[in-house]
Amino acid sequence: MSATNLLTVSYSPHQFGSESVQKIMYRVLIAMVPAFTVSLIFFGLGALVVTGIAVVSCMAFEYLINRFMFKAGSTLWDGSAAVTGVLLAFNVPSNLPVWMIIIGSLVAIGIAKMSFGGLGKNPFNPALVGRVFLLISFPVQMTSWPKAIESRLAYLDATTGATPLAILKEGIKNGQPLSDLMKEVPGYAQMFLGNMGGSLGEISALALIIGGLYLIFKKVITWHIPGSILATVVLFTGILWMIDPGKYADPLFHLLAGGIMLGAIFMATDMVTSPMTPVGQIIFGAGIGLITCLIRIFGSYPEGVSFAILIMNAFVPLIDKYAKPKRFGEELKNG
Amino acid sequence: MNTVVITIISLSVIGGLSGFILFLIAQKFKVFEDPRIDDVEAVLPGANCGGCGYPGCRGFAENCVKAESLDTLFCPVGGNDGMVKVAEALGKVAATKDPTVAVIRCSGSPDHRTRTTRYDSAATCEIASGLFSGDTACSYGCLGLGDCVVVCTFDAIHMNPVTLLPEVIDEKCTSCGACVKACPKTIIELRKKSKKDRKIFVSCVNQDKGAVAKKACSVACIGCKACVKECQFDAITIANFLAYIDPVKCTLCRKCMAVCPTDSILEINFPPRKVTEVESVVSEIQAN
Amino acid sequence: MKTFPRGGVHPPENKKASGFSIEVLPLPKSVCIHLSQHLGAPAEPLVAKGDTVKAGQLIAKSTGFVSANIHSPVSGTVQKIEPAPDSSGYKRPAIFIEVQGDEWLETIDRSPNLIKSPDLTSEEIIARVGQMGIVGLGGATFPSHVKITVPKGKKAEILIINGVECEPYLTSDHRLMLEKGEEILVGTQLLMKALRVNQAVIGIERNKPDAISHLTRLCARYPGIRVEALKVKYPQGGEKQLIKAITGREVPSGRLPIDVGAVVYNVGTAFAVYEAITKNKPLFERIVTVTGKSMERTANYLVRIGTPVTELIEATGGMPEDTGKVINGGPMMGKALPLLDVPVTKGTSGIVLMPVAESNRRTTMNCIRCSRCNSVCAMGLEPYFLMSLGEAKRWDDMEQERVMDCMECGSCSYTCPSGRPLLDYIRLGKNSVNRIIRSRSK
Repeated sequence: MSATNLLTVSYSPHQFGSESVQKIMYRVLIAMVPAFTVSLIFFGLGALVVTGIAVVSCMAFEYLINRFMFKAGSTLWDGSAAVTGVLLAFNVPSNLPVWMIIIGSLVAIGIAKMSFGGLGKNPFNPALVGRVFLLISFPVQMTSWPKAIESRLAYLDATTGATPLAILKEGIKNGQPLSDLMKEVPGYAQMFLGNMGGSLGEISALALIIGGLYLIFKKVITWHIPGSILATVVLFTGILWMIDPGKYADPLFHLLAGGIMLGAIFMATDMVTSPMTPVGQIIFGAGIGLITCLIRIFGSYPEGVSFAILIMNAFVPLIDKYAKPKRFGEELKNG
Repeated sequence: MNTVVITIISLSVIGGLSGFILFLIAQKFKVFEDPRIDDVEAVLPGANCGGCGYPGCRGFAENCVKAESLDTLFCPVGGNDGMVKVAEALGKVAATKDPTVAVIRCSGSPDHRTRTTRYDSAATCEIASGLFSGDTACSYGCLGLGDCVVVCTFDAIHMNPVTLLPEVIDEKCTSCGACVKACPKTIIELRKKSKKDRKIFVSCVNQDKGAVAKKACSVACIGCKACVKECQFDAITIANFLAYIDPVKCTLCRKCMAVCPTDSILEINFPPRKVTEVESVVSEIQAN
Repeated sequence: MKTFPRGGVHPPENKKASGFSIEVLPLPKSVCIHLSQHLGAPAEPLVAKGDTVKAGQLIAKSTGFVSANIHSPVSGTVQKIEPAPDSSGYKRPAIFIEVQGDEWLETIDRSPNLIKSPDLTSEEIIARVGQMGIVGLGGATFPSHVKITVPKGKKAEILIINGVECEPYLTSDHRLMLEKGEEILVGTQLLMKALRVNQAVIGIERNKPDAISHLTRLCARYPGIRVEALKVKYPQGGEKQLIKAITGREVPSGRLPIDVGAVVYNVGTAFAVYEAITKNKPLFERIVTVTGKSMERTANYLVRIGTPVTELIEATGGMPEDTGKVINGGPMMGKALPLLDVPVTKGTSGIVLMPVAESNRRTTMNCIRCSRCNSVCAMGLEPYFLMSLGEAKRWDDMEQERVMDCMECGSCSYTCPSGRPLLDYIRLGKNSVNRIIRSRSK
């Protein structure tokens, strides 16, 4: 017997890899730094306040619910509440009032995450549930978009303008031709960098792509979900655009406008609410891309990514049931 | 006005038609069930614990109605009174069984049985017993991980955090047998209840040789046969260095307890012994 | 470089002991030989208390087709035949022999020189392998004579010799390949003869370049045998993964390697076959690596079966102060010993002493559905799902999800970021499904 310790007996394996939930969450936070930096550049004070309040209130609600309702230990150290806070902030305009952000955090953490049992048990993406709740409850504030750069030092009283998708949706409803509307929208280079109206985190495709590449490099996500979402969007809008370029915007516009980049790289790839196999993930991504395009082009909302992701979240158990990994040594069909 | 009327009429027609179709289908596919099954189920406790060996109270009720006689059917939760009610509902005769209660046959708490290793895997007895013989030198004793506690649907068994052994609350125990099946070491036994819930039993299931058992646990049964020799009612048998007291033959006289060298036989729910004058003098002398 | 396509992990190799050549461990004072040192029915003792035996003498005989003979590793007197704890702590029947001297049966050739392959028929080789109590020394201890008996209707096309040793820390196979390389090739030739195949491939992971070059050079003189260097990835040493890497064929679920024409043997078993046929020596000793992060000295010993593990640790400088776990085998699939007074068996490939700092499992958290377990499973299973089914005791569903295909390599638990005991519940499921399957066939 050892001098000081009792021997430990456990089942194999007796050594473990270095992965942990914390590491994954912190890598996601790091990947969101480029997008956050861009939002500070373009939205300034508003971005800082909204993100700060969202993160603090998400963490506070998780702590309070754990301590007083579940009477369990704190789970803040795993970093997931902070990630939800940042993602919620990324999905709302930078002039959203504080009390609305707090309600959004309560819904995201309390209803969409904790009521299902905490981390890993929720079927729907918590940040998106919070965002959709706010959109439906406070449609005016949730669709007033501060103008990039102009409103950097302002928070609640920022001057507002429309997002490219909103410009298109309103204009088409009013019967304006597409070519006129596209003149009102910022140039593609500007949209790629982020100089356009939109929620905090969705504006800069460049920053989001940098974050996405970091996540793929660090093996936090794989290419399957973002790839299939973007490919489906390009395919769907591309076909429509080729049929009637005077009526439908081109695929590049659809990739750069709205929250599709944010959704594809950060929201849909949330591991808890996405399928477990590569094949399942591709199906999931294709569904999101399709529903997004349907809402954008034929629906009454200018942007449909959040709804698309939440709808496909509901299909994940079904996808997981049928998209199983290929077993080693699949049985020979004839005995 | 017209649209409202048309809406009301069309929806009412659809609703009525659907209801009628459902009624027809329900009648066509109706399964005949003996109404006595409902009668029997109504007098059963409704715990759905599976202690009778059938799937739920309804399953038991079906079997009672189907069976020729109720001799082999018994609901432990309802007990003899419950079976009488079932028999009345069916016009049959119920079998009676001596009431039993679950008994934990291990006293190996940490102060009696030292821990020799540290277990570090999923915390269930079934998984632990598949891995190794236990974190003490007694490979038969209680693992303390609570599979019996988890499986009890009557809240009748709880783990004592100090002794790391389960404890049964006699009033709540219905003798359904779930804990007996859950224990991988077969430590729990359903023993016949005696008057005033008194129990005498050998609180050990260790089958190692005496010296080995005693080294592992200070209150183990070492199979010395002292109790067998003492018992005037032939209630005690020894097999594999382990004594067993037959609850049917035992008269609760407690003579075996006095001769057990390791205090392995436990008495439960007896009033404290009145110390005789001789005994009190002797213990006083011993104290000084 | 060839490898198996799906799954696998890369645990740190820690092959500290690979530079230490094989040492003969001094004889212990007494040995404890369990009657079940192999898969299949336990052997039946042929000796009784008080009998004197010589090393190599048959002391327990096989009790069926899937069973194996056991030979005494030492000369001495039989002390007792009674249950003794094995690596699990449970007591199993065993023969205790007090060691006196070191006299071997006269029929055993103790000379160290190499003897080339004698001319024997396939049946003779198979019979001798069975008589000499040879079992798979890779750890599974499957009786070798059963494996080389090709069932009717099936044909063996290729023999694969497993020199992969993918478990971290263990180096016994590596040293055997370096020091007894040609003997292994002769053993391989004998197995090829028994199976009636004309090609054999020795699979070795790339982290053993000296063994690869040594055996490749020797193979030049042995037609039909070649060496295949494989990418370092755990569990390359699993026989199904090895067959897939070398031949590209997948053994179907629930079937055996012979169904795709392959037979796999460990290098240690090939060496034991060589000794059995050319030196008339039964299997009663093997190479065991003793190693650990905190150990100053590590070693690869030639150990007689039945030697207590305590002797091996003492001979390597004693147990380090900070030892938290002693593992019989490697850290990925080995068994943690509850007590050290257990004997080395035919399946003991190494003893690894883990420091306390590495002996505790991480705290278990909720499953975050990251699917890392799915991506590392070499058998294409879904460990996260099998664990949920196991917790809910849904054994029939587990059987549907192919839990019986699991080879318990541990890659899933190794990778899980939430520290979930995936393999514990998968094992529970396998045991329960086994019980159900057995009760079905009754």
